[in-house]
Amino acid sequence: MESIPSPPNRLGLLGWLGGGRRGIEAYVFLCQRVSGVVLLLYLSIHVFLTGARLFGPEAWDRLCKMTHLFGYHYFEYLVFAAFAFHAFNGIRLVIIEFGFGLGRPERPVYPYRGSTHKQRPLMIAMMVLTAVLIAAGGFELVRFPH
Amino acid sequence: MKDRETVTFRVQRYEPGRDAKPVWADFPVAVQAGMTVLDGLLQIRQQLDATLAWRFSCRMGLCGSCGMMINGKPGLACNTQVHDVARKTLRLAPLANFPVVRDLVADLRTMFAAHAELKPFLVRDDKAGIEPGAAEFLQSPEELLKFLQFSYCIKCGACMAACPTMALGAGFLGPMPLTAAHRYNADSRDQGFALRKPALAGPRGAHHCHYAGECTRVCPKGVDPARAVQLARRDLLLDLLRLKRRRPAPAPVAEPPAGEHKAPIEAPPFTARAD
Repeated sequence: MESIPSPPNRLGLLGWLGGGRRGIEAYVFLCQRVSGVVLLLYLSIHVFLTGARLFGPEAWDRLCKMTHLFGYHYFEYLVFAAFAFHAFNGIRLVIIEFGFGLGRPERPVYPYRGSTHKQRPLMIAMMVLTAVLIAAGGFELVRFPH
Repeated sequence: MKDRETVTFRVQRYEPGRDAKPVWADFPVAVQAGMTVLDGLLQIRQQLDATLAWRFSCRMGLCGSCGMMINGKPGLACNTQVHDVARKTLRLAPLANFPVVRDLVADLRTMFAAHAELKPFLVRDDKAGIEPGAAEFLQSPEELLKFLQFSYCIKCGACMAACPTMALGAGFLGPMPLTAAHRYNADSRDQGFALRKPALAGPRGAHHCHYAGECTRVCPKGVDPARAVQLARRDLLLDLLRLKRRRPAPAPVAEPPAGEHKAPIEAPPFTARAD
């Protein structure tokens, strides 16, 4: 007997926030997606701003001054932070997705410690590198204020 | 801790075709130490509402029937103790990312269709080699370990409900079917990689995984689907680079010497009891 079709009951974006009630890898996954969207948005803004050069040096200067009014360089710093995270976490994902750093399959013995535990040192190393790069960028921002 | 205390089971009720949308119903359940969520549901059905629908069978974490969202996290009702997850209120809903048949019963057909698509069985060039009872295959303990972990899957669907990629749309086969595919690809007796490759490497296949690790986190059997999917990806990459070694299937164990050959034992035909 065919059952009456029901809505697919998908969690949607809520699934990103609470599907399995969040291991640390899931938060990193979420940050990877958000930082990717931020970089994409920045790319479009960047293309728009640099495109002002087509209308001459005055238009370019005017736009540059305008961006300084709104603390654009602070926004750029956030973009830099997103880039640092996205790049280092991306390297981790490439390594993992090629099957490295996960440990070998093993007999499941309770309490289970899966591949997410095995790859955690790699993730921590990448997050430390991210933090160092973001801190270095922040230092430059303080040292050379606009 | 008191011997018995009341925990409110807040259960999602929904019958497609009759109800416009899911509603929550509260049931006070007297809970004692060691009581599982499944015990609580049985108590509801026996004492409070016989119309509540859910699925269960073995009551011991073996069959995978009673998968559901327990306080928003996928798990098995039979091996989750109430006091481990709730003191006052426990929310129960059908497994996410699946259509609902009724109340807590999810329709898992999409998962099993994806499972079938990935040919979850031994494929060999010599078909005689897999005739039941014809022969045994040689396999070392190391070869066994390559797929043993993934063979513990009970198809409960918890990983599918936890997967953030599944949450967004139907464009992903899901952790369970992909794990099953890798379980057979990693089996030294199997030669079916080429047969599974189109689905495994396709747009709904292993490359759609983002390694959030939630499937591994919720798996009640420690199967580690996230690892299986990444290893499947490695196989696909090696195959793309033509570095994957084609595995000759191990020869069946030699036939016993003449005169000692025994026919495979067959189960007697089923006959109904006369009484």
